[in-house]
Amino acid sequence: MSEYFLCLILFCTGLYCILRKRNIIKIIVGLAIIEYSVNLFLILIGYRFKGRAPIFALGQEIPNMVDPLPQAVVLTTIVIGLAVIVVAVALSVRIYSKYKTFDITKIRRLRG
Amino acid sequence: MKPLALFIIIPLATAFLIALLGRRIKNLGDVLTNMAGAGLFILACSIIPGVISHKVLTYKTGNWPVILGSSFIVDGLSMLLLVVINLVCCLVMVYSLSYMEKYTDKWNYQALFMLMIAGLNGVILSADIFTLYVFLELASIAGYVLVAFSTEAEALEASFRYTIIGSLASVCILLGIALLYSFTSTLNMADISLIIASRSQQGQLLNFVSVLFLAGFGMKAALVPFHAWLPDAHSSAPSPVSATLSGVVIKTLGVYSLIRIFFNVIGTSSNLLNCLVILGLASMIAGAFLAIAQNDIKRMFAYSSISQVGYIIFALGIGTPLAVLGGLFHLLNHAVFKSLLFLNAGAIERVAGTRDLTKLKGLAEKLPLTSSTALFGSMSISGVPPFAGFWSKLIIIIAAIEAGHPIFALIAALVSIVTLVYYLKFQAGVFFGALPSAFANIKEAPLTMKMPMVVLAVLSVAGGLLLLPCCREFLQSAVKAVLS
Amino acid sequence: MKNNAPGMTLIVKVITRLTVGLILLYGFYIVLHGHIGPGGGFAGGVIMALSLIHLMLAYGKEAVTKKIGRRRGIMLSSIGAVLFLALFVSSSVGFIKFPVVPGGQHIILGAGVIPFYDIAISIMVGAGLYTVFLALVILITERDEQ
Repeated sequence: MSEYFLCLILFCTGLYCILRKRNIIKIIVGLAIIEYSVNLFLILIGYRFKGRAPIFALGQEIPNMVDPLPQAVVLTTIVIGLAVIVVAVALSVRIYSKYKTFDITKIRRLRG
Repeated sequence: MKPLALFIIIPLATAFLIALLGRRIKNLGDVLTNMAGAGLFILACSIIPGVISHKVLTYKTGNWPVILGSSFIVDGLSMLLLVVINLVCCLVMVYSLSYMEKYTDKWNYQALFMLMIAGLNGVILSADIFTLYVFLELASIAGYVLVAFSTEAEALEASFRYTIIGSLASVCILLGIALLYSFTSTLNMADISLIIASRSQQGQLLNFVSVLFLAGFGMKAALVPFHAWLPDAHSSAPSPVSATLSGVVIKTLGVYSLIRIFFNVIGTSSNLLNCLVILGLASMIAGAFLAIAQNDIKRMFAYSSISQVGYIIFALGIGTPLAVLGGLFHLLNHAVFKSLLFLNAGAIERVAGTRDLTKLKGLAEKLPLTSSTALFGSMSISGVPPFAGFWSKLIIIIAAIEAGHPIFALIAALVSIVTLVYYLKFQAGVFFGALPSAFANIKEAPLTMKMPMVVLAVLSVAGGLLLLPCCREFLQSAVKAVLS
Repeated sequence: MKNNAPGMTLIVKVITRLTVGLILLYGFYIVLHGHIGPGGGFAGGVIMALSLIHLMLAYGKEAVTKKIGRRRGIMLSSIGAVLFLALFVSSSVGFIKFPVVPGGQHIILGAGVIPFYDIAISIMVGAGLYTVFLALVILITERDEQ
């Protein structure tokens, strides 16, 4: 049970970073944290008590296998998360060269 | 070759071939993207008879059974969206032939655009929720980069906000998928709906999942509490990109996924439908009133998109077959005329160099074609009788009265008048009045930009013909797919 | 110690020279054994890209960009993607068939088309990740020069 609470804490930390922090880099870090908390949650869903890794090998019977589907899903979401973080970092570098600041409250040329 | 997989293979192959060879071979991108766009549209039209007669087409990857593998399914709703997406993308690719000349790395734009189309088609086709999520992210990431394509300060800022809010939405959706998987132990949509229907006691989990999905897809569709990113992103992007983002992307990623998840997978409850009605009304009213105050043409259109998506969500929230028909018809019409208006805005910006309503004036005599097509688009979106937009709004309002919400129907009609007001402001500001001397020697946009505008303008009138009995099956099969 | 040479100190350079080949080799191993053990195209590709990035950090960016520039990286990445699509199309049509040997533990060519998918993915991911790193580095240095 405590693992799920850890997930929740991580999720809330990430949300706090995104909503409250003013530095662009910290916002991106918050995004990464929130993504990893969901990945952790997915892995925990597939876990079975005293389960083992779901790898078949010759002449070996694994009685208590964890659910392999969430692990495959998590691999994909990690790749997607990587792509999002890369886009965000590239944007932040460009933004810094245009605005000379990382402060999100000072990056306000759009109105309305 | 199975035709359904081609909807994803063609744009992906085009994108990677352009990324590989676009710098070396001049015009390769132009040729390939236009061929791919036309091919995809023809392919989308070719599946219409099959879907109307057989109801559901399936494609299995690697011959796995539907439940185990990730398969593609087309029913009436997917068919409608596929036709709309590929039509708009095909025309936008023709338009960007000359519009995107001002950027030096046009092939990057074309590759990213094709990736986005692959993502959109994938979202429409996928039969399990995780595949839907993957394609949704593919389309979103391509969208983030395309918004920032001009690398101006405003575009970067808008794109950064879009990235953060978009990925927050994706996280909500992924969390919902995780909880749904833990509840049903499967990712296939049809399977999930069967298992949910067979469980007698459902507890609070499904409500929580519904809230997560509503927040996630609501952010993607820019419903009113989550709309802040849309005016920035859609007005800073290059015009063909704004046309696609406003025309099809928010509908595919937001509205279509919302319909698919709530109507076909989780199942609707009266609470959820009320929620949709309230969100729809809020978006309708807020979008319309914010649009009046704008002086930037594209920003006005972007707020108008929020308002019109509000109509669609409102119609879906009413939930009767007639209302769903009106909502889906309005979705189709909005894709046509909002793309048209953004393409007009691009043409105006290209010839006049500005999109500020206070500086533009009297362009009608210099730009006869742009002004007449923009008139068609504006009249259609504000619901003036012979145009297609009138019929869809009329159906929505009649359905609201029939379902016993006369006050909501009145609000929808009033918002339609407000829409007319700000589109008249746009018409009066840009096209009427005396021509300033600064614009004395501007010329009409080139042919490749005129052609898509004319086609879309014709469609924005002819769209009303879809309600005739002989063409009605196209919309009816989509309604049946939603409500089955 | 020459402080004006690009890259880090001598210790880092020597250690890098000794380990970077092993890291690359480990990446290849992960790619080729992806279908019979943990790992696969993505993990292997990342490790291969990391070995190049390691080299770049230790020796300065010119040491690697002379061999594989940004354009070549984009090209390699696209080649991987096109290869993947070509494999998918040709194998789902039935144009090419690979042998499937069930239960084989140390047979690399016994899992149908999966190892070839892994190789295509590893090219795509490795080149892509490396190009992303390079693009960010070049972006920052361009900004400093302005």
